[in-house]
Amino acid sequence: MILVWLMVIPFVGGFLCWQGERFGRGFPRWVGLITMSIVLGLSLYLWYSGDYSQTLLNPSNPQWVAEFKADWIPRLGISFHLALDGLSLVLVALTGLIGVLAVACSWNEVTRNVGFFHLNLLWNLAGVIGVFLAMDLFLFFFFWELMLVPMYFLIALWGHNIPGGKGRVFAATKFFIFTQASGLLMLLAILALVFAHYTATGVVTFGYPELLAWTRSGAMSAQLEWWLMLGFFVAFAVKMPVVPLHSWLPDAHSQAPTAGSVDLAGILLKTAAYGILRFGVPMFPHASQEIAPFAMWLGVAGIVWGALLSLSQHDVKRFVAYTSVSHMGFILVGIYSGTEQSLQGVVIQMLAHGISAGALFILCGEVYERLHTRDMREMGGLWSRLPFLPPIAMFFSAAALGLPGMGNFVGEFLILVGSFPVNPVITIVSASGLILAAVYSLIMMQRAFFGAPKSDDKLPDLNMREMSTMLSLMALILFMGLYPQPILDVTKATMAGVQTIYATGLVPPAASVAGVLP
Amino acid sequence: MTRHQLLALLPILFSSATVVWVMTAIAIKRHHWWNATFSVVGLNLALIGCGVAYFVSPQMVTPLLVVDSYSCLYMAMVLATGLATATLSHAYMEGVDGNKEEVYLLLNLSVLGGLVLVCARHFASFFIGLELLSVPLYGLIGYLVKERRSLEASMKYLVLSAAASAFLLFGMALIYSQTGALGFADIGTKVAEITAGTQYTVMVIGGAMILVGLGFKLSLAPFHLWTPDVYEGAPAPVAAYLATASKVAVFAVLLRFFVEARAYNYEVLLDVLSALAVISIVVGNLLALLQQNLKRLLAYSSIAHFGYLLVAFIAAGQFATEAVGVYLLTYVVTTLAAFGVVTLVSSPYKGHDADTLWDYRGLFWRRPYLTAILTTCMLSLAGIPMTAGFIGKFYAIAAGVEKRQWLLLGALVFGSVVGLYYYLRAMVQLYLRTPWVRKYSAPLDWASGTGGAMVVALMVLMLVLGVYPQPFISAIQAAGLQ
Repeated sequence: MILVWLMVIPFVGGFLCWQGERFGRGFPRWVGLITMSIVLGLSLYLWYSGDYSQTLLNPSNPQWVAEFKADWIPRLGISFHLALDGLSLVLVALTGLIGVLAVACSWNEVTRNVGFFHLNLLWNLAGVIGVFLAMDLFLFFFFWELMLVPMYFLIALWGHNIPGGKGRVFAATKFFIFTQASGLLMLLAILALVFAHYTATGVVTFGYPELLAWTRSGAMSAQLEWWLMLGFFVAFAVKMPVVPLHSWLPDAHSQAPTAGSVDLAGILLKTAAYGILRFGVPMFPHASQEIAPFAMWLGVAGIVWGALLSLSQHDVKRFVAYTSVSHMGFILVGIYSGTEQSLQGVVIQMLAHGISAGALFILCGEVYERLHTRDMREMGGLWSRLPFLPPIAMFFSAAALGLPGMGNFVGEFLILVGSFPVNPVITIVSASGLILAAVYSLIMMQRAFFGAPKSDDKLPDLNMREMSTMLSLMALILFMGLYPQPILDVTKATMAGVQTIYATGLVPPAASVAGVLP
Repeated sequence: MTRHQLLALLPILFSSATVVWVMTAIAIKRHHWWNATFSVVGLNLALIGCGVAYFVSPQMVTPLLVVDSYSCLYMAMVLATGLATATLSHAYMEGVDGNKEEVYLLLNLSVLGGLVLVCARHFASFFIGLELLSVPLYGLIGYLVKERRSLEASMKYLVLSAAASAFLLFGMALIYSQTGALGFADIGTKVAEITAGTQYTVMVIGGAMILVGLGFKLSLAPFHLWTPDVYEGAPAPVAAYLATASKVAVFAVLLRFFVEARAYNYEVLLDVLSALAVISIVVGNLLALLQQNLKRLLAYSSIAHFGYLLVAFIAAGQFATEAVGVYLLTYVVTTLAAFGVVTLVSSPYKGHDADTLWDYRGLFWRRPYLTAILTTCMLSLAGIPMTAGFIGKFYAIAAGVEKRQWLLLGALVFGSVVGLYYYLRAMVQLYLRTPWVRKYSAPLDWASGTGGAMVVALMVLMLVLGVYPQPFISAIQAAGLQ
């Protein structure tokens, strides 16, 4: 039942925020903060109280840590089925954390329609939590699409119309159409899978455990598996984003309000990686093995291309957006390498990138609040005008470039170590991403914070709220960099399960000769 | 005629009685509120009659009509739509100077035609129902006689509708010439025998002509040319009726004809329908892209939606019947709500409907709840989860996947993506702040009238359908053909 609460609380909280605006602008902010703190608290409670040594993906003694199941549309075999294992848990906890940050960072930034803003923000977060918990493919798709609408409003209504850009409505629409179009392909794949299962067994169900068991029994023809995998892969690749499909991301980020960017970079991108780990690879291991080299090269392309483009950005937020593309490339490489180290690296990388990118976006927002520009050419010499913000930005840039001791280093290191035995060439090219990261991070620091100051006026420095969020994030990044073991422990079972299933993909399926045709 | 048959006819009888009663009432004294109330009461009685008819179904009433659970479902849909239109008209017509009362008379006549059409199992009742449905619409569309656009729309609809009827009749005649039968079931038995030769060719041509005739009524591309002009010119509540009830009834009879007359046996006809579906989806969506007029936008979107519906239709079989039912239900609820908001914003009638997107700019800051309803409609039309439209689209895709219609599904996905653009474009206008004078806003107490209550109820229904569709699915499943 606690899983339902995880989702219902933000939904109700969002509604309260909207209706509570009549009590003043402070009310929705506090409700939002309290709501997301409760979500974070609940997920931490689950973390400490649960035993995460089992997962459904584990062939022996499969079970979920927490589960909720109720009939929803029995006619089509759809149930309201939520469940949690280690991977979902860490991502839900990340969602709670990012949620708290997103509310906190828009405390002063959003002054128009505060209530409606928080409604959208909290509903978006509720949708994301739903994605991480859904154990029914219909439900998964439901939440997958549901989280888009609030995000659209966040960008379209509270975004910035930066000079030279095409406007926030354009960016929001582009974001929506990209993700929705790819989502429809996923829906086709889901339905094709369900009907193939129905033809073979006579049971209509969208349940993940049932479908997973069926796909693992090898009853699918190779051709069908290939097409279905492609449907899922395209949806996740757009959301991730993988390089040729990434063009919505910089636009969305540069126009979005700070909370929207934090949300987008911090967790929305992670839903794609989660989707591949939960659905894409375990359900279609053979096809995933086939596409693996291609996917890994796409990841490499993302690493290099994102890094190169970020070098030439003037807008700070576009800059961070392109570095996100680069970092997500590592995740793609890690997933399709499929070794235990690389998969564990993927988890750490997801969390660390969520936090460091979120922090960088918050810093961008804070700089914007003070200077009213995000153009790096107009910054320069901020180090002498602000005592605390620049060193903190330095810290997170160092995290992003993968300095040892920070979470991102652990993630990227594990991914590279894990992928080397699979494909050394890809690993070597990927490693160049680390160097490029150092280059672009330092160039950004140089342009924005060093050099001759544009003015000698001192700027108001971080207040208590901003300072405390930043300090807690720094602590978390350091913790992940110095002692990642608790996170690795909690997700170990899931990742081992993914790895085991993925390894079976190397053996051709029994039904490849005579199976169910698409 | 047995007692059970009479009971089964109750909806049609009540509806006919309402027509007579409203006409008499108008003759006695013109009173807008009373006449509206009479027709609403009559429609409600007919709706209750549907419930009664369901318990005695299935009943064959003469060779012309059949009242089974399928017709009960669609009769209920037509009646509910008529009811919504009547309540919306009441708010809207308050502003019209001149005679307002005949709207209800014409509306009830048209609803009666819809009921007959839904129950038809014979070419004669098919044609009578269709004409009874369409002819009053000429009057309704041109009801605002002082407005040029309204009259023009009426003439356009009259001419094209008559042409469509001619096609339909010719098609019926061709089929009759080969089978010597007019009842759907009789035709069905003959169809099984005719599989090749000249007879087959004539049959296919006949079937195709019927499709052309119905294509006009359903505004499938390439027979859609009248749709945007007529929707734009017609008074907003009439446009709501035109986009929902008239199409639902026609689609219901089309499905019954295909199943009972076994037209599904003719692959060629299915190919024709596939072509119509693809063209409708592509044309409807592409032409809607740059519309500045909300009514025209909804017109093009309805063309596209009937293309999606055909995807489910072509898939055939028991599941397809269910998919068509679900899709029609979600479409009707959504479209009615959208036109309902347009009506409320334009009510009471002030010489011109609020139909350009500019009229809606920044509506959120003036009427937030009404805007929330229109937003939900747009999301539902676009097929976003938590709204009815998602369930409908889901069913259409599921039916297509079940029968592996990949080409049609490709068109559907393409259409949905294009559709997103213009739905979002219309939706975001509602939230943008306006620097200039606002001409239109619904009256502040829009929700207190019956029309407002109806729109709010539709909004609730839209969300319930999107979140918990199971009860509706069960009802539609129970109302399958055969």
